Amino acid sequence: MSIDRLRRRLVSGFACTAASAALLPCCLGRAAAGNLGFSLRQIADGVFAFQGTDELMTAANDGAICNLGAVVGTDAVAVIDSGGSLIEAHAFLAAIGKVTAKPVRFLVNTHMHPDHIFGNAAFREIGATIVGHRNLPRALDARGVFYLHNYREQLGEALMERVEIVSPTRLVDDHLQLDLGGRTIELRAWKAAHTDNDLTVFDTTTRTLFAGDLVFMGSLPTLDGSLLGWLRQMDALTAIDAARVVPGHGPVTADWPQALAGERRYFEVLARDIRKAIADGTPLREAVKTAGGSERDNWHLFDDYNERNATAAFAELEWE
Amino acid sequence: MQNQAYSSRQLALPLASVFAAIILTIGTLLGSSGAANAQQTTASSDRIWHDLKGDVFGDRAILVDTGVVRIEAPKRAQDAAIVPVDIYLDPAKAPDGIKSVTLIIDANPAPVAATFQLGKDAGVTHLSTRVRVNDYSYLRAIAETQGGQLHMVQTFVKASGGCSAPAVKNQDEANATMGQMKLRQFPPKETMTKTEELQLMIRHPNNSGLQRDPLTQYFIPAHFVQKLSISQAGRPILSMEGGISISEDPNFRFDFTVHGKGEIQVEAIDTDGKTFRNQWPLETAGL
Repeated sequence: MSIDRLRRRLVSGFACTAASAALLPCCLGRAAAGNLGFSLRQIADGVFAFQGTDELMTAANDGAICNLGAVVGTDAVAVIDSGGSLIEAHAFLAAIGKVTAKPVRFLVNTHMHPDHIFGNAAFREIGATIVGHRNLPRALDARGVFYLHNYREQLGEALMERVEIVSPTRLVDDHLQLDLGGRTIELRAWKAAHTDNDLTVFDTTTRTLFAGDLVFMGSLPTLDGSLLGWLRQMDALTAIDAARVVPGHGPVTADWPQALAGERRYFEVLARDIRKAIADGTPLREAVKTAGGSERDNWHLFDDYNERNATAAFAELEWE
Repeated sequence: MQNQAYSSRQLALPLASVFAAIILTIGTLLGSSGAANAQQTTASSDRIWHDLKGDVFGDRAILVDTGVVRIEAPKRAQDAAIVPVDIYLDPAKAPDGIKSVTLIIDANPAPVAATFQLGKDAGVTHLSTRVRVNDYSYLRAIAETQGGQLHMVQTFVKASGGCSAPAVKNQDEANATMGQMKLRQFPPKETMTKTEELQLMIRHPNNSGLQRDPLTQYFIPAHFVQKLSISQAGRPILSMEGGISISEDPNFRFDFTVHGKGEIQVEAIDTDGKTFRNQWPLETAGL
């Protein structure tokens, strides 16, 4: 272990003590790794979740910006997303080890983005089967080299050192059930929305929906698939008979389907503004500066992502 | 991972056109050679250009910032796959006329994004399109006059942050709709003018060829629109030879001088040899 990494571990262990004091009542599994501490919260019987921070991925937050989940059966554990770094993934595994002795048999990737998949190698190393949307390998092939290069600057060499792009080996065409012993989780592959490889996980026992980034709360949704596809599938999402949702970003558990209201409103505003600009003949470069602006105060990271969303939306809606 | 990507470019060469081969080879040699770890800077982008320009323009002199050509792009790319770029040409500063303009993105795997040939009396003074920007890079526009002078301008674009990648967003849709075209005609802002603005949109994934087939593990050959010509009743307005740095669903907005009432004709040819043709009557409102 390098001195730098040792120092990181020591510092983060200290940080975890402080963080866990604040979260004590619900903080069941903790591991002394990760700059922010890593606490798993039980949100339903045998269902655990980690809450990512509402920030961009940085060296200071170990890339731990998205929510992660674990569902524990009598035979095995299924994990939902691996996190934004190997440090986060190892902290996640350590925290799972504190709440159950069952082996982690499955890692489900909800989609291609680095904050959800950079920890994959840690799960391959323990022999877990990595499961993803049928389009996920294609999407990672097209982006993997770019992600590894682009994030080196943002996350720093130390955090990126052993990160690999690890594709799923078991693919979901449409639906897939995984038996964890005494409980079944249902995986569902969606048409293009947040990305063209979105997958949700539904625990039938507790009716908990892990929505991945099909649901954003608090942090502005990012559009890397299809705005129209996302809006078109809102009703199908809403129809899922869930008692609660774990969104990809935001609170670790929220009421369903009320959790969808914010992003639905944002997308409708964005689509309205962009459609008007297109009808008026306003060029893309001008239109994206103002579209969606009335939503600014409702979201974290608005200025980081709104113009990008507007750009993608413009290119898509021009074809209507 | 990086090395695999480089070899994929070489594998793609026999399958792509000669033009693609040139740009991909340049990309292999230069485009990303310094980019394995650190992001590019203005200085490293300039170094790439220094090594690249001989391959594109030989040892010809290139004049800089003469006002013949101007370029605008966002200082930071928002979506790496869709970066709008505007090129303005000033015919008053090039009395013998402007023959072509080449768009270069130093740090991309295929730095020569496109070369546009301008119709002799087409009167094109503004051209906007959308490009992929892989890394921090200068975007350069080099205009060539009828007399053979080269005039260059450049603007530095920082790559997008976050998880935005220069890749196709919705691959299934892109494959299903390939070849569809749309033409928008914007009536002149003033009456009595013969200048009109057009926007041509073509559905095409404009794939990079840098990805593997998940089943066979072979690299998928690059597949992009390599030739495009736009004319009015047989009279050339604008033509393009392009590569993978042009965004998916290639999109071109430009002004031109209307000659008569003939229809607008478009022909696009991709690297698979597929030809897409379409034509639209001229909307003469305002003339």
